[in-house]
Amino acid sequence: MRKTYTILSLLVLFALALAACGTAAPAPAPSGETVTVKETVVVEVTSSAPVVVAPTGYGVTLKTVMERGNLICGVNSQVPGFGFVDANGNFAGIDVDYCRALAAAIFGDPTKVEFRPVTAAERFTALQSGEIDILSRNTTWSLVRDTELGGNFVHTTFYDGQGMMVPKDSGIKTLQDLEGGTICVQTGTTTELNLADVMASLNVTYTPAVFEDADSTFAAYSEGRCDAVTTDKSGLVSRRSVLADPAAHEILDVTMSKEPLGPMVRHGDDQWFDIAQWTVFTLFSGEEFGITSANVDDIRANATAPEVRRMLGLEGDLGLKLGLTNDWAYNIIKLVGNYEEVYNRNLGPDTPTYIPRGYNSLYTDGGLLYSPPFR
Amino acid sequence: MAINEPVLPPITERSNILSWMRKNLFGSWYDALLTILGAWIVYWALSGLLRWVFVTAEWEVIVVNMRLLMIGQYPLEQAWRLWLWLGLLVFLSGNSLAIWARQSKYAVLLLLAPALLSLFQVGAGQRGWLIGLTVTGLVGWGIGRIKPEVLKRSVIAGWVISLPVIILLTRGLSESETSFMPEVRTNLWGGLLLTFLLTVVGIMFSFPIGVLLALGRRSELPIIRWFSVGYIELVRGVPLISILFMAQLMLPLFLPDGWTVDRVIRAMVGITLFSAAYLAENVRGGLQAIPKGQFEAAEALGLSGAQTMIFIILPQALRLIIPILVGQFIGVFKDTSLVAIVGLLDLVGIARTVLAQPAFLGLQREVYVFISLIFWVLSYGMSYLSQRLEERLGVGIR
Repeated sequence: MRKTYTILSLLVLFALALAACGTAAPAPAPSGETVTVKETVVVEVTSSAPVVVAPTGYGVTLKTVMERGNLICGVNSQVPGFGFVDANGNFAGIDVDYCRALAAAIFGDPTKVEFRPVTAAERFTALQSGEIDILSRNTTWSLVRDTELGGNFVHTTFYDGQGMMVPKDSGIKTLQDLEGGTICVQTGTTTELNLADVMASLNVTYTPAVFEDADSTFAAYSEGRCDAVTTDKSGLVSRRSVLADPAAHEILDVTMSKEPLGPMVRHGDDQWFDIAQWTVFTLFSGEEFGITSANVDDIRANATAPEVRRMLGLEGDLGLKLGLTNDWAYNIIKLVGNYEEVYNRNLGPDTPTYIPRGYNSLYTDGGLLYSPPFR
Repeated sequence: MAINEPVLPPITERSNILSWMRKNLFGSWYDALLTILGAWIVYWALSGLLRWVFVTAEWEVIVVNMRLLMIGQYPLEQAWRLWLWLGLLVFLSGNSLAIWARQSKYAVLLLLAPALLSLFQVGAGQRGWLIGLTVTGLVGWGIGRIKPEVLKRSVIAGWVISLPVIILLTRGLSESETSFMPEVRTNLWGGLLLTFLLTVVGIMFSFPIGVLLALGRRSELPIIRWFSVGYIELVRGVPLISILFMAQLMLPLFLPDGWTVDRVIRAMVGITLFSAAYLAENVRGGLQAIPKGQFEAAEALGLSGAQTMIFIILPQALRLIIPILVGQFIGVFKDTSLVAIVGLLDLVGIARTVLAQPAFLGLQREVYVFISLIFWVLSYGMSYLSQRLEERLGVGIR
């Protein structure tokens, strides 16, 4: 009798224990297979397993966002100039400001956005599972990501690419100035190949100092073992921050490879894609037409140019066609600014994270920013 | 043998600092060499360190970002709720010191710590709160002194309900923003606040689960035993980081459409389940140290199996393993920093975002030294309390 009591009480205890961890107990089980902390693991899993994605379809995302009352935006929290948290607890950066512009377009209020820091590994899963409405986290546009990962790149908001960093006092201004110099570069990467190609086409001879990983590459550069160091520009900015005297180093205005960074949305909701894309174009066009957050009210009152009038909602119903209100573009520029304002706020010459605009200039200035017409 | 030889008094060595130094530091030429070398190394290391701490280091990054490091993006206008539960904890600590640490006279000085912190560069509002904390603690201590025996039970009850109270106050009551305590969503929890909550929840929940698993592993019922063994070995066989990755990355894909589990809760569940597996083995070690005679004596007294466990075996076993348990709890506290890798902004995660602020680029040393200091103070605090607890329970003496 006593024995049965013991058994029964233990069983009850275990039933409780099982109930307590019943929901989460399956989680650790398969983890033995994927211990690697690599982005690629996630890619494999999502492509081979039957993927459960958030409900999609024309208009679903906007409806969800409107009902929820805010936009959830997946961002980076650790890249200076692109996404970080300032001392007041607010997110800042060029990718973050894009989310604010989108919120301004939808709600007329740039604060109605919840920033969700996502890591490189989890960003695509977070987008697919509907945890975030849009991913704006210095993500490079590529074919695999556009197809297999179930997302669509909206548009490039920052043309990143391989850059070159030199000490400011070296007097080096162009790649030609590096003739006969030593360049620190990580081996086994496309970075190394790009460097060789570009320098060969310029007929510049140099000595590559190759290293196995990024840390030792930049350690060698900081010790003065080479005249310059090369990797993606956004990477140079954050790496420069780790150097002893960040202000003593300069990123040259050259771009040696293509790394188009931009926001990404889920497959299957074309309306949401359009809204996200035309938010980018509004930023571009604002700069092109000289409309800034400071003068947008004046321009709205006195505008005569038909395209400006259409864009700011004075004529036609462009906003309604997107499923928004007609003052959506006005709100973006009024509340967040145009592309130039956003760029200068985060990566401009007055910031410690200065990157010369290069390709990120309007097509009229020899850059790649080009918006289709607002009509 | 001359018997009449005068008896000399014993050699008394007059010990002053010079003779001590001659004997211990400069006894021979190589002693002297080692002493000089050692002194030079200590001087070199200390002077470099002190120069860095007081001259080179730019502590402004910490002062400016103190709020972020402490509570993350938790809205400042709601911060009073955090102070409130901190006050509750300090009050209970004051009570507890008065009741259980009567013999250690200086323990009450611990309650002065918040007031001492207020001497540092903190905002005016915070200074008031910090001094308030010390006052609350001293009041609690005073009350505890008056009626220690009467208060014992209510203080224990206070500690038990403090976790739900903490969670409730931190999270808030209703979703409407105009209410008295609007909900603060977990994505805004950060810094030390998040680290603390992850640790406390991890410890509080993994303890009962771990004890049950330990009992299950010793059970005579095959299914219970196999389940326990399987669970413990499976979870111990994978690193915590992979469990956290599973919870953050895979779980959303398995959940039905529209279901989401809060990310902080996912991390809490992951840490709890991981810690429970280790705790189970520690508790099992304690159970095995109890001599068979205790079981037999309990049976002879007519206690049932459950009564034997609850009243005879577990109290002794748990007392034995206090040092191991505290070691593990300190481990849980430090392991929570892994959530930074899955995108949560705990103390380490927020430190990394602080380092990305353009105004403070390249100040890794200052920020990491500061958060190391926080980790050390709190870990050492846990260790110190456990030593007091061991003394109190007579572990290692009885």
